[in-house]
Amino acid sequence: MKRIPLNLWLGGAISLLLVGSAILSRFWTPHDPVKMNILNRLKGPGDAGILGADQIGRDVFSLIMAGGWTSLGIAVTATVIGGSIGTLIGVSAAARRGLFEKATGWINSVLFAFPPILSAILLGALLGPGGMTSIIAIGVFMIPVFARVSRGAALQIWSRDYIKAARMAGKGQALITIEHVLPNISAQLLVQFAIQTGLGILAEAGLSFLGMGIAPPTPSWGRMLADAQTYISSAPHLVMAPGIAIALAVLGLNLLGDGLRDLTDPRRKQAS
Amino acid sequence: MNAASKYMRRAAGYLFVLLVTSFLIFVLIEAAPGDPAEIMLGTSAQPDTVAALRAELGLDRPMMVRYASWLGGVITGDLGNSYTYGTPVAELIGDRLAVTVPLTLLATLLAIGISLPLGVWAAARPGAVTDGVATIFSQFGIAVPNFWIGLLLILFVSLGLGWFPAGGFPGWGDDFGKAFSALILPAISLAIPQAAVLTRVTRAAVIEVTHEDFVRTARAKGLGRNRALWLHTVPNAMLPVVTMLGLQIPFLISGAVLVENVFTLPGIGTLAYQALSQRDLIVIQNVVLMFAIIVIIVNLIVDGLYAVLDPRLRTHK
Amino acid sequence: MMLSIKDLRVSFDHSTGARTEVVHGINLDLDRGETLGIVGESGSGKSVLSLAIMGLLPGSAHTSGQIRFEGEDLLAVPERRLCDLRGRKIGMIFQEPMSALNPAMTVGNQIAEGLRLHKGMSKHDARNEALRLLEMVQIPQAATRIDSYPHEMSGGQRQRVGIAIAIALKPDLLIADEPTTALDVTVQAEILDILDDLVTDLGISLILISHDLGVIARIADRTLVMYRGDEMEQGDTERVLRSPTHDYTRKLLNAMPSRARKSLDQTGAMTGSEANHD
Repeated sequence: MKRIPLNLWLGGAISLLLVGSAILSRFWTPHDPVKMNILNRLKGPGDAGILGADQIGRDVFSLIMAGGWTSLGIAVTATVIGGSIGTLIGVSAAARRGLFEKATGWINSVLFAFPPILSAILLGALLGPGGMTSIIAIGVFMIPVFARVSRGAALQIWSRDYIKAARMAGKGQALITIEHVLPNISAQLLVQFAIQTGLGILAEAGLSFLGMGIAPPTPSWGRMLADAQTYISSAPHLVMAPGIAIALAVLGLNLLGDGLRDLTDPRRKQAS
Repeated sequence: MNAASKYMRRAAGYLFVLLVTSFLIFVLIEAAPGDPAEIMLGTSAQPDTVAALRAELGLDRPMMVRYASWLGGVITGDLGNSYTYGTPVAELIGDRLAVTVPLTLLATLLAIGISLPLGVWAAARPGAVTDGVATIFSQFGIAVPNFWIGLLLILFVSLGLGWFPAGGFPGWGDDFGKAFSALILPAISLAIPQAAVLTRVTRAAVIEVTHEDFVRTARAKGLGRNRALWLHTVPNAMLPVVTMLGLQIPFLISGAVLVENVFTLPGIGTLAYQALSQRDLIVIQNVVLMFAIIVIIVNLIVDGLYAVLDPRLRTHK
Repeated sequence: MMLSIKDLRVSFDHSTGARTEVVHGINLDLDRGETLGIVGESGSGKSVLSLAIMGLLPGSAHTSGQIRFEGEDLLAVPERRLCDLRGRKIGMIFQEPMSALNPAMTVGNQIAEGLRLHKGMSKHDARNEALRLLEMVQIPQAATRIDSYPHEMSGGQRQRVGIAIAIALKPDLLIADEPTTALDVTVQAEILDILDDLVTDLGISLILISHDLGVIARIADRTLVMYRGDEMEQGDTERVLRSPTHDYTRKLLNAMPSRARKSLDQTGAMTGSEANHD
């Protein structure tokens, strides 16, 4: 019986808590997260809910739960879309090689010059701020990451003997990719998915902090921090909860990714 | 192929990437809603006044011509005038770079200053206390958003201890010390996530090199554990660290946009952000291109550094 | 005796917590100017033995017994003292010339490093001395090669640099762990000749570790045969090779190609006649 590594179960537990509370927030929160209650304005923890209330009296704990849904929703959507496109590019590059592979290399390096915030500034001009802008901006950033990882992993699979045998049997590149390559690189993609979703949450928080993310009144952690800055001297408690929520979520997903990697690829354990 | 010509080929490749990037930016800005002339004149302006301004700005020319003239402007330094400020965009960017460049450089130095000793100490004795500290630091540092670190520093250091200003920038002209101290907290906020990433890479790279034979040769000469570590192991472990430093530049830049916002610094990040809210498309277009240029220049510098760090890359391949 | 090893045992900790002994009580003595060959197949513990003398075993290793070098027990002295002895009193040459040199440092600086460390030489003096050493190990055009990086040299040249590093401070004892194994056959002989000449000229005691009886026969005065961490037999090289008392030594001899065995007989005869002249 293999012992479950610390990072895997800690990361798994935090990630589960994150996903669980995000889903729960769709059905139940202690208070309505968008309901103003001016009487509770800027009240500290204990006086109004366990984490206090914000500048218009909304319950911070409920906002954190609902904000988790927003963050996770945008990060997961962006990672799934960007990751799928990136993986498609990566495995095709590995299958076709030659000029096509070179061209995808160039596309990657162009996209790589655009971290989420820069794409969002550019896209913001085109689409205006909002959830869609965040998803595209973060998704674009995921493309080169997944393309690189999946290409590297797929190239390893392509060099194996049983693939050579399949090719000699007359199977096409697409079929081999679907039957042999994708199933064999799925573990690495899963690891990347966990880690990149964490980065996506971080990016989403940054975008909504700048007001380029999802529009109010939808609760989001980044916007909560932007509001908190305005009241930083009168209500410092508002700064803590959203920041801890973001850090914990990203930490959990990173640990989960690292743990999965150690589990699936023990060779890399010492190196990372 | 010798190293110099290989380097030139790379540079040409980057130039090509830059060209594609600039076209992408241009097309996206073109597609953005809002006619610059209308934005400048307001919605109540007469159609013929708008048309006259469009002609004056050269907006009535075909798209490819305007793209070419923009590229020409980028090379000569004439980027046009801001739609909202009316001042030349090049001047605007130059002023703001005087804040952003020192900020990011300071942050990078800080990040190296933290991560190099921490990563090396952690690698010197894997599993020891320093290793644990380094691992915890890098895990948390990667997870914590830099703008939140900024808020915490404002809350505890600036407001709590009264040590550094909570925001604003007095400009370099009047008082260097004051200007510098306004950059300290922003630089720390920007540096911590960078340091976390670099600590992780440094640790892994040093651990790998520690087992190389030449480290044992150095010890056999009589070098102590630490001397061999810093003189032989660390220099040979710097290649992946420098690579990561290059890969982190886009993140450093987007981090700067956030941190400048937290500390209300008049840098390039706030310029881009303001331009977005004022729909000053020409500023957005040029700022984003400039970011891309910086990323590519840093990549070139990193490629050059490889040859300095590893003599094998100078002659072979 | 300059070096005297008594009942040396070395064991390693595994990550599972278990401990395996790989050297089971080795005894040996070495006089000034003498050359001792240690022969055995891989895994016989001969490299572990040499690293134990250098005090360069990894942290997971445990030692017991005594390694007396010029009166001091190397297993008992502090690390500081070992650092002072390494390079200055005991030099070492490693097996892989490809990886044993720092790829990011010129060979001149790598030779000069020990001189500067132990003798406090100036940069200039150390460089001159390094140049002299490169000439001693017969590197052609030493004055230009001194600024070369290891990757710009051939395997044989790198191993000469390895020798230059090891003898830079004229140590009393030199340990050469398979110094020619990684080299081409033609280069092997040259390296052995250089090593043999220098050791004789400078009066250095040598421990030569090899799996190759031909190499041992060529320069060793006495030979220790090891198998799985145990001593099989020990004695004058000629006696050990001519009339081995242990089955394992006989096996090693029989495993050699017949032609090599013949040349062994010749060299053995040669050293024998030289011994008669003395």
